[in-house]
Amino acid sequence: MKLTKLLTSAAVALGLATTAMAEDKTKVGFVYVGPVGDGGWTYEHNKGRLAVEEAFGDKVETVFVESVPEGPDSERVMTQMALNGADLIFTTSFGYMDPTINVAKKFPNVKFEHATGYKQAENVSVYSARFYEGRAVQGHIAGKMTKSNIIGYIGSYPIPEVIRGINSAFIHAKKVNPDVQFKIVWAYTWFDPAKEADAAKVLIEQGADVILQHTDSTAPQAAAQAAGNVVTFGQASDMGEYAPFPRVSSIIDDWGPYYVARTKAVMDGTWTSVNTWDGIGAGMVGIGEISDAVPADVKAEALALKDALADGSYHAFTGPINKQDGSAWLAEGETADDGTLAGMNFYVEGITGDIPQ
Amino acid sequence: MIALEKRPEPSRLLAMGTPLIAVIVTMIAGGLLFAALGKNPFEAIRTIFWDPLFGEYAFYYRPQLLVKGAPLVLIAIGLSLGFRAGIWNIGAEGQYTMGAICGAGVGLAFYPSESVLIFPAMVIAGALGGWAWAMIPALLKVKFGTNEILVSLMLVYVAEQLLASMSLGLLKNPQGFGFPGSRNIAEWDAATSWIAQDYGMHWGVVAAMIAVIMAYVLLNRHILGFNIRLTGEAPRAARFAGVKPARLILFCLGMSGMLAGLAGLFEVAGPSGQVSIDFNVGYGFTAIIVAFLGRLHPVGILLAGLLMALTYIGGDIAESQMGLPAAAIQVFQGMLLFFLLALDLLTNYRVKFAVKGAA
Repeated sequence: MKLTKLLTSAAVALGLATTAMAEDKTKVGFVYVGPVGDGGWTYEHNKGRLAVEEAFGDKVETVFVESVPEGPDSERVMTQMALNGADLIFTTSFGYMDPTINVAKKFPNVKFEHATGYKQAENVSVYSARFYEGRAVQGHIAGKMTKSNIIGYIGSYPIPEVIRGINSAFIHAKKVNPDVQFKIVWAYTWFDPAKEADAAKVLIEQGADVILQHTDSTAPQAAAQAAGNVVTFGQASDMGEYAPFPRVSSIIDDWGPYYVARTKAVMDGTWTSVNTWDGIGAGMVGIGEISDAVPADVKAEALALKDALADGSYHAFTGPINKQDGSAWLAEGETADDGTLAGMNFYVEGITGDIPQ
Repeated sequence: MIALEKRPEPSRLLAMGTPLIAVIVTMIAGGLLFAALGKNPFEAIRTIFWDPLFGEYAFYYRPQLLVKGAPLVLIAIGLSLGFRAGIWNIGAEGQYTMGAICGAGVGLAFYPSESVLIFPAMVIAGALGGWAWAMIPALLKVKFGTNEILVSLMLVYVAEQLLASMSLGLLKNPQGFGFPGSRNIAEWDAATSWIAQDYGMHWGVVAAMIAVIMAYVLLNRHILGFNIRLTGEAPRAARFAGVKPARLILFCLGMSGMLAGLAGLFEVAGPSGQVSIDFNVGYGFTAIIVAFLGRLHPVGILLAGLLMALTYIGGDIAESQMGLPAAAIQVFQGMLLFFLLALDLLTNYRVKFAVKGAA
């Protein structure tokens, strides 16, 4: 492990050098899976980065690399950031999980924060948002808005986070509209405007008049706008340029406060490895303005649901809920535990089709 | 007036020199692009080309050149054989993916055995996987005269679907909490392709070196290599010389598929470590650029592969150090091929400045 030693000593030497030179400058790195201009997932993480700069001014220096493929390339990018003196590195996509752990082993003095994964270490925290709470509000509006009773859903990858979102949206759509059915298309990408547009068009052709997306570009919004009478929701970011119609509301990821808090912890020397999973209540998940295209009573219901989720009086997965195969999952009044939610790999009763295997 | 006049003989000097000129022109045009973005062009070029090799942290980046370059060289060598004979395998990305799936699949079937036979078995399975995937366009071309460009390219997307299915189903890590992706093969001593991770050495690097030497020998010393070149340069003459096109198609596509499959296996068992939905990141397509940048010559490909790897590694550094957008780096890489192809014109034509009407 000669290189490991070299890397560590380089990092230590560098740490010493930087403390001597600029004692108060904390360097924070960000690794992005998409371009900062995707208008969705990466755009919001980058807003979080800017919030860190805003909060600490001259005391921090932030660096980022965008469109980093998940795999060995990301490992190199992280190593390079650590070598260049980063104190804290946010790796903002699920596929960076193993690379983050690998690099963290080589740089014990650098703190890492991995989004949406499950592998923690001494110097690796994991964080994610309870997007499914936002999906509940979305599902409610979608169930009320659909006239064809067909809701299209563009899935990215069939991982627990995405399946959770589908289930949450379906449960709440079904609650207000028992005839509703979901058509799910898997795009196998987080960001690919061409593929996302195709998926949206296919769903619209199949009769969907509401499109929910778990992909990051605004291409489905554009496709819905072209179709004319199809409702959409902003994903990860507000996507307000498509409001008031087709975009009637949105789920907004707000990473800023978390990034600022974690950077502060590094500055104060109080950083410890944690597992954070915050929702609407903590402000990590926001609901974008519900536009006037939504009837006032529906809007009021949706906002009430949002408030109930925020103050914890209502859980998005409250029984009775059966699994797709009809077997019981949650009894009357029972709520889902985080462990089951974190690894969710089944549809709830009423969703047709199979999770790709 | 400026006119183009066909040279009686392609210029040998330019044929060898164009890659170098293309690199220099790319640096100039790229520098202008970076300057237009408000960055110091000299610093950007230095960061991309100099820092990874001789900068402060070169001890880390130099081994990374091998990691990034090895699959490119391995695939490009295979492709160059076919390209020389006018057989266009565009689907190396798919063969690369299939090699990884087959090789990893065979290995994972025996998890957690520590037998020394596991890695060799994976290598064979990886090679066969890539070979078999390339045999589809090869056989269709030989039997039905289909276009191998289209068939091999389309099979890339089929392979990607299979990859997704494998990461979500058959090869999914049973201890992965339902998340997609296989077990980490790189952490399993009997199956990893790493030899010395700190030096960027894995069996794919070794295989790439061997492939360069074998391809050189094949093309210069072997009748099969002669036939390949002859078919590409003078198809009619080749037919008179008794070259059987069908055999050549099967050989060239099979060989390039096999090498791509091997590259995939070495990658999945080493640097990447696991079969995941996003395992393939475009080596199969970039290798096409590498093959042409290297003039379809084994040594040229070796150098071109390292150069491409350098632009990737240096590009990432420039992004994080200087805040250059990823798109600017991609444009920069694209320019390389663009200028190479443009300058190729000068190999076969000469520019003539003539007064209009004087001739």
